[in-house]
Amino acid sequence: MSTAAPTRWTEAAMHKRVRRRYASERLFRLVGLAAVSISVLFLAFLLYTMAAKGLGGFVHYEAALPIDFTKSDLFLDPATLRGPDAQQNVAAADLEGAISKAAVTAYGPAAAEMFGDGAVSTLTKAIVGNPDMLNGRTTLWLPVGSKIDIAAKDEGDDKAELLVNAARSKHALRRTFNLPFLTSSDSTDPSSAGVWGALKGSFLTIIVTMLLAFPVGVLAAVYLEEFAPRNRWTDAIEVSINNLAAVPSIIFGLLGLAVFLNIMNLPRSAPLVGGLTLALMTMPVIVIAGRNAIKTVPPSIRDAALGVGASKMQVTFHHVLPLALPGIMTGTIIGLARALGETAPLLMIGMRAFIAAPPGGFTQPATVLPVQIFLWSDEVDRGFVEKTSAAIIVLLLFMLLMNGLAIYLRNRFERRW
Amino acid sequence: MDMKEKMPLMPVTPIPAPSAAIAAESHREGPPTTEPRNPRDLDGDGQFDEGVPMVDVSHQPNLKTAEDPGLDTGREAKMSADSVSVFYGDKQALKDVSIKIYDDLVTAFIGPSGCGKSTFLRCLNRMNDTIPSARVSGRIVLDGEDITSSNMDVVQLRARVGMVFQKPNPFPKSIFENVAYGPRIHGLAQSKSELEEIVEKSLKRAGLWDEVKDRLPESGTALSGGQQQRLCIARAIAVDPEVILMDEPCSALDPIATAKIEELIHELRGRYAIAIVTHNMQQAARVSQRTAFFHLGEMVEYGKTSNMFTNPRAQRTQDYITGRYG
Repeated sequence: MSTAAPTRWTEAAMHKRVRRRYASERLFRLVGLAAVSISVLFLAFLLYTMAAKGLGGFVHYEAALPIDFTKSDLFLDPATLRGPDAQQNVAAADLEGAISKAAVTAYGPAAAEMFGDGAVSTLTKAIVGNPDMLNGRTTLWLPVGSKIDIAAKDEGDDKAELLVNAARSKHALRRTFNLPFLTSSDSTDPSSAGVWGALKGSFLTIIVTMLLAFPVGVLAAVYLEEFAPRNRWTDAIEVSINNLAAVPSIIFGLLGLAVFLNIMNLPRSAPLVGGLTLALMTMPVIVIAGRNAIKTVPPSIRDAALGVGASKMQVTFHHVLPLALPGIMTGTIIGLARALGETAPLLMIGMRAFIAAPPGGFTQPATVLPVQIFLWSDEVDRGFVEKTSAAIIVLLLFMLLMNGLAIYLRNRFERRW
Repeated sequence: MDMKEKMPLMPVTPIPAPSAAIAAESHREGPPTTEPRNPRDLDGDGQFDEGVPMVDVSHQPNLKTAEDPGLDTGREAKMSADSVSVFYGDKQALKDVSIKIYDDLVTAFIGPSGCGKSTFLRCLNRMNDTIPSARVSGRIVLDGEDITSSNMDVVQLRARVGMVFQKPNPFPKSIFENVAYGPRIHGLAQSKSELEEIVEKSLKRAGLWDEVKDRLPESGTALSGGQQQRLCIARAIAVDPEVILMDEPCSALDPIATAKIEELIHELRGRYAIAIVTHNMQQAARVSQRTAFFHLGEMVEYGKTSNMFTNPRAQRTQDYITGRYG
């Protein structure tokens, strides 16, 4: 056998090979860059559409309305409005009729339905705040109805446009921040529909989920990783948990429906049941993340603690768990963020009902933000289009806030070794 | 009486392969060389030959017990191991090791990598319990108490037999917390001031006090490697142990930090029984009074350190000490 020829590093073939290697490296870098650019493009497109459509939901138009209370048919005595029953007394009066009449007087017969529910509640507040107003004539800025609002945002029908133009020519139309969108709940009238009820429902639901899924998930992870013997049973449990994490979420909804509603008879549509269902869904994610985090704690720390005579329990809770906590928290954030954006399982347990009041507690009927978005996107009324986008923005901000808080907490707990 | 005790400790004589016996015979008749040929190297090419026992131990005296006449007789051993074997699954990592560890003496375990010296050390405070596949047989006695029995409280044992590890492994907590952790979990201090006293005393004994007294709330991991290792020693002595095991405590340290640790071992000698595993034979010679040489899971020779390094009795010990292998 002949010995191999010595390698010729300066040969042309070798140069060619090197060039080819560089070429493939450049190609790979280009492909990677293209992939990143495409995702950035998609993200930018998403954010742009959402902002373009949704930001309109955060503002609404108000029109000036001169009301002569002395000529209106309101039978309200300012004296009765100073007691604690003021709100009730005002609500009993036909404010809607009074507004309609005043609008017709100011803007012509077409303006009979220029103002909606929002105007009534604003007027109610104004009267309760200053009952003496009823003795004379005032001009109030009241939110316009949904149709006029859309027309003012350049997308309405001709009849509404005329009214808007008429009001504009008198400088009686102004754009303001739509505070009721953040403080009121669902409504059939898009101009007065808000996200507060859904936001509160989401908050209550996620609290139940966190209180349940986090401790159970972490303890399960700790037990499986640190205490459980390695045998067929623990293997089976491990496989099951990994599979659970991949089960479609609607299946958990069915489980919640069957167990929490039908067997345990918990209240329908309640954040409690929603939270329980989402906890079932989130727990496997936390267990998996927790086990991985515990695995990364260096064995030298365990040795050190065992070496000074710590018991297994002390090693785990004094040393392993604190070091694994940042990792566990990351997993929990991912799990909770997923739960926060989840719709399907909540539909199954009745959280898609129309609920006009914010939930008062964990067992009160409620809806959550993603379900609210789903419901609004289904509405026929055009006024809900921008509300849907605006609610999506609120949901994203809520998630951003939660994740920001969680990352802050994680960094605070992070310790180096 | 003494002999009877030693009898079961005699090594099981391996039956030499016929070719090896013949080769060994021819070797004896061969021309004398200045350098003794390695008995495992039958064809003289400088490589060990497969299937030939490292040393024919059949004609050697029993080296596994203190051979020197009168060595350590009449002394009460702090810890004594009696035919300890360790298995990792089917693999036997330690074969019938018997050894005694005394108060006021540093006992060094030397030998090449994988010879079982660390495994043996970890038997002495039952750290092998944490390895699910490990199985230990034999008897290890601490002050007359069998520590291998299931009645033995492992948590208490590990406080009485402290350990310092190869890589400095302070807790990622403050320097104070590192030392205070042991006394705290064992309830050794009744008050905060008492705890502070223990921490100060331990750090002083570990020779670290002057360097860290102004930075006790700082993280233990922010110290240099040598300081971290002394912190680990302080942590071990804070629970007032009787024996300290050190598993290659200087292998991750530079020579200056090593010298400090060795000096510290000297100072600690009078107070605790110390067993130290080391790769570094010079270190064994410097810090220890007794040395045990391990090879392939067996304890080959045990004796006074001075004798071991000047006049080893076993061929294997001599080969190792003179740097022929390992």
